[in-house]
Amino acid sequence: MSDAQHGHAPQSFWRRYVFATDHKVIGLQYFFTSWVFLLVGFSMVLLMRWELAYPGVPIPLVGRLISPLLAPGGIMTGELYNSLGAMHGTLMIFLGIVPLGFAAFGNYILPLQIGADDMAFPRINMASYWLYFVGGILMLSSFILPGGAAQSGWTSYAPLAEFNPGQTTWLVSMVLIITSSLLGAINFLTTGINMRAPGLSLFRLPVFVWAQLVTSVLLLLAFPPLEAAAVLQLMDRVLHTSFFIPAGLVVLGTKVAASGGGSPLLWEHLFWFLGHPEVYVLLLPAMGIVCEIIAANTRKPLHGYKIIVFSMLAIGVLSFVVWAHHMFVSGMSPMLGNFFLVTTMIISVPSVAILTSMIYSLQGGSIRFTVPMLFALAFMPLFGIGGLTGLPLGLTVTDIYLHDTYYIIGHFHYVVVTGSIIALMGGVYHWFPKWFGRKMNDFWGKVHFWGSVLAMNGVFFPMFIIGLQGQSRRLYDPTAQLHNLPGQPWHIVSTISAGLLMLFQLPFVINVIHGIFWGEKTEENPWKATTLEWACPSPPPHGNFEKPPRVYHDPYGYSVPGYRQDWLPQNVEWEGA
Amino acid sequence: MTTAAAAAPPSEFRTGLTNAKLGVWLFLASEVMLFATLFTTYIVLRLGASEWPRGWEVLNVPLGFTNTLVLIVSSVTMVMAYAKCWDRDYKGFRIYLGVTIALGFVFLGIKSFEWAAKFRVHHFPSTSIYYALYFTMTGLHGLHVICGMIVNGALFVLSKKEWDHPLFMGRVEGSGLFWHFVDIVWIFLFPTFYLL
Repeated sequence: MSDAQHGHAPQSFWRRYVFATDHKVIGLQYFFTSWVFLLVGFSMVLLMRWELAYPGVPIPLVGRLISPLLAPGGIMTGELYNSLGAMHGTLMIFLGIVPLGFAAFGNYILPLQIGADDMAFPRINMASYWLYFVGGILMLSSFILPGGAAQSGWTSYAPLAEFNPGQTTWLVSMVLIITSSLLGAINFLTTGINMRAPGLSLFRLPVFVWAQLVTSVLLLLAFPPLEAAAVLQLMDRVLHTSFFIPAGLVVLGTKVAASGGGSPLLWEHLFWFLGHPEVYVLLLPAMGIVCEIIAANTRKPLHGYKIIVFSMLAIGVLSFVVWAHHMFVSGMSPMLGNFFLVTTMIISVPSVAILTSMIYSLQGGSIRFTVPMLFALAFMPLFGIGGLTGLPLGLTVTDIYLHDTYYIIGHFHYVVVTGSIIALMGGVYHWFPKWFGRKMNDFWGKVHFWGSVLAMNGVFFPMFIIGLQGQSRRLYDPTAQLHNLPGQPWHIVSTISAGLLMLFQLPFVINVIHGIFWGEKTEENPWKATTLEWACPSPPPHGNFEKPPRVYHDPYGYSVPGYRQDWLPQNVEWEGA
Repeated sequence: MTTAAAAAPPSEFRTGLTNAKLGVWLFLASEVMLFATLFTTYIVLRLGASEWPRGWEVLNVPLGFTNTLVLIVSSVTMVMAYAKCWDRDYKGFRIYLGVTIALGFVFLGIKSFEWAAKFRVHHFPSTSIYYALYFTMTGLHGLHVICGMIVNGALFVLSKKEWDHPLFMGRVEGSGLFWHFVDIVWIFLFPTFYLL
């Protein structure tokens, strides 16, 4: 139990900032750690992009620093390219966006928005962070461990991953990271279900809380199959079982000495059974954040609160029955393909419903173009591009052509980068005053926004073009094949934009650091918002609320007719409502 | 956790369940998915196999059956321990919880005897897909048994000091839920490997 009610004895530095049990400190630990992983994962892809634009040319600046085994004379080898590719995907998804969108924002904001004094299980919360941290460090250090980093893509398909070096470290780190997420999901669900303030019924919950709860259910039920699959692959590698090795497999001309009888396709099924819900784990918290920002900055209630909530629940259910649309060309039964085609078309409906509600929410609002609102506004069209370009991939006929081309890379980066990451950046600007009691600089925020949005489109839009030209996503030297040469200028555009995108993160990083120490001081509720997190001091003290709040209204009481100001906080009792 | 800090009555819970109980149930949901994945793997790989050993010819059915009985009895004693907790019968609680832990040791003893017998005739996880599944699934189940015994053991030790703690009964219940789950998994594992 939290000791909030018992006063707060001064804690040692270690208990307070390192092995902390306070949900706010853990939230910030997740926040800083996940941004480091995001930037490291992004740096890896810069090296890859250099290789794609200028194959065979030594990498400038850092090329000479890389071990000559991986990059002789600063020129990237195929093995290094494969390792960077696998680690980029793993870092961005499992160590970057999930911990940022789910664990960092969720940990800090969810208990505040429901008026709780802490998470349900503070010590389990601490355990999740440290499992994540150790798993992440192990994952990164695999570059210097024997065998090097994993080279089999973030999907680790069998039988390739059964024999590639570095995979064992990847699997062990994944088991740690998955366990961390599972503990987090249990904690979030228990907190959200059980610790809501009096008066805060389910349909008075802010959309962000709903998004976190649905995300938790996805993590809770979709991650264990991958954990089991990771254990099985680990068994294959360490104890030489054959769960994913078929009988009579020949590798490099020699028959594999294994009993066989396993199924490589089974790995794909188990992986994507997590993999597709995972997409919504990346997306739902982002949508929740965008909804919060829109409501606060249009000064009117969200359009279709219930539509959004039910759509999120529908996405949660449907995301468990679409996984095999990643496997249309895997050789599974075409009849099965039809089923997954239909479910995939159906799941796009709730996503579109949410997006439409967001756009309708703008109608008739008095929009304030604050920095977080800019990010929220950019989310809508750009996520729209990401979502709509996914439809041809969900249709079996078009997928056969588009599968494994750059088109699919463009598609999911539009979803995850211009969708999730844009929204998460907006969330940072939105809640920063709550976290540190200070504001981030507005001008540099806008520089960061415009630079990032333009550069992101520069990175990912060319991928649609070269993808439609049929270029495979797996090549480390696209110029090796004649038919890829017409697309080469687009690779250069994409690479230069990626460099610019990294450059435009500089004002962001400096803005965050500057803001923490020297930013303009701010009050409890700088955005004049209505949800409960704005009803406690900024930053909230240990235990959060001075006295447990009580909730009287729906979450978005903006421009309530007859009320003395244009926002009616959820915890303020007013007869006229 | 000091007794003074923890003795505070739990604040109002929205569902009427304590956080601990809700958390254990959610945890069990994820455990169901974990073992469901392994059973699915078993089905898929068996359907794709050209030959499959008959469980009763390669494994020791009487021993497996004994182990099934051991776990079922231990589930009963676990419930009895919880009931004694309700009756505030400290001595009875410790006897039943002690028996539950002891039965866990009996189960693990029989299991390791069975494993050792297999190793002696050079049947390893790498021997065939059947043995791979057998060792992996019973091994993972064995790890769960050990975890359950550790939690029960911790409760056995803690009961000396925290018998009157307001949350103590909830902890016994949570540990019991987990123990029953481990028991149920075995009830599926036994026919799957020994009888089918």
